[in-house]
Amino acid sequence: MSAGISLTYLRYELLRTFRNRRFFILSLVFPLVLYLLIAGSTRNEHNLGGTGISAPVYFMVGMASWGTMTAMLSCGARIAAERAVGWNRQLRITPLSPRAYFRAKVLTGYAMAILSLAVLYVAGAALGASLTAGEWLKMTFLILVGLVPFAALGIALGHVLTPDSIGPALGGGVALLAFLGGTWFPITSGFFFHLGQYLPSWWLVQASHVALGGHSWPAKAWIVMAVWTALLSLLAARAYTRDTGRV
Amino acid sequence: MLQTGSLIRDLSVRELVAMMAALYPEPLAIEEVLELTGTAEFAGQRTQKLSGGQTQRVRAAVALVSNPELLVLDEPTVALDVEGRQAFWHTMREFAARGKTIMFATHYLEEADAYADRAVLMAHGRVVADGPTNELKAMVGSRTLRATLPGVELPALAALPGVSAADRRGEAILLTCADSDAAIRALLAAYPQARDIEINAAGLEQAFLALTGEPDGAAA
Repeated sequence: MSAGISLTYLRYELLRTFRNRRFFILSLVFPLVLYLLIAGSTRNEHNLGGTGISAPVYFMVGMASWGTMTAMLSCGARIAAERAVGWNRQLRITPLSPRAYFRAKVLTGYAMAILSLAVLYVAGAALGASLTAGEWLKMTFLILVGLVPFAALGIALGHVLTPDSIGPALGGGVALLAFLGGTWFPITSGFFFHLGQYLPSWWLVQASHVALGGHSWPAKAWIVMAVWTALLSLLAARAYTRDTGRV
Repeated sequence: MLQTGSLIRDLSVRELVAMMAALYPEPLAIEEVLELTGTAEFAGQRTQKLSGGQTQRVRAAVALVSNPELLVLDEPTVALDVEGRQAFWHTMREFAARGKTIMFATHYLEEADAYADRAVLMAHGRVVADGPTNELKAMVGSRTLRATLPGVELPALAALPGVSAADRRGEAILLTCADSDAAIRALLAAYPQARDIEINAAGLEQAFLALTGEPDGAAA
């Protein structure tokens, strides 16, 4: 399949996604409204919970992690919906390879995530989040890398759950991961602090540490991300194979 | 083309067909497919807002846009009403006229009779006949003679030359004839008042029953 062909396919996939009202509410409107509420009232806090990071920056990244996690995982919701109407079988009799199918889904997830990021960056800048150009770029890079395991998780869940069950599962899952990752408030000690370090959502939120300069992601972060990505990819591949085996 | 299943949402019919066309090396032109499948009139509608018949036509469009040499259809008209069925087969004949091969399975033998060039009859997993539909019907040999003729006893009709069975539908009689030429001559000689006379070749359905020897018409 040539690049031109997959681009046309991808274009319609994007169009379809952006027309979905649920996406706008869950990954754009909710994080934005909550950000304005939370960071709006704490905008003069320059050292939030002893992290050394200002509240507008911390919550910007916190809400961005929530919005982008939702954006990536909703790949799974779309896969589940397509499975439910038998569209995956329709696609399997076309020349579209499974690899190209997933690439389109993941790229769509990233497009949504970037939109979610852009909205929060604009809101963040409006509330006084100030970073150097290099810090903005580095933070964006870390968030995009941190979303890789969520792409795999979305694909895995999309092949296991039904359209009815995947909504609540994603909503609950994202809320829990966001809480443990420190989206709502910094977790600086105790059990959840130690648990959080092993979660991909934790390091997503930690991307805000670019504001402190130096290495915002220690080696541990990269290892946690790599292990989750490997595990979830394996799970996604198994879920896909099992689902495909059943006609 | 699949028999069941729905369409993905949030695209117009035209966009969905274009999306699928993008996957194939030599697709048909989008507008051409929309015309051919009768989907052009609602091409701007979102796929989640279509009726069952419209959905089925879009599914046909999705299958045709790939421009296949061979199209395999499994009971394609099951969900369609009479008009939808007519329109669907019209589309398929048009597509076949381009030199394409269409193979379909059906339980409606009238459909095979009316639209197929060649039919393969199967019973209990075995091919019982294979050939052009008119040849299959000729193999059975019998014809049906129908006429309005009230008040005549069936045994007398069944005894006419060339007639193998007689039946009645209200005022009409229905004669199954091994030799319909002999039967019509004998009928008119004996009952000149017979009117509205029709002689029809046996349908594919009768041929199927005769060939499979199953009087109750088990499934094809």
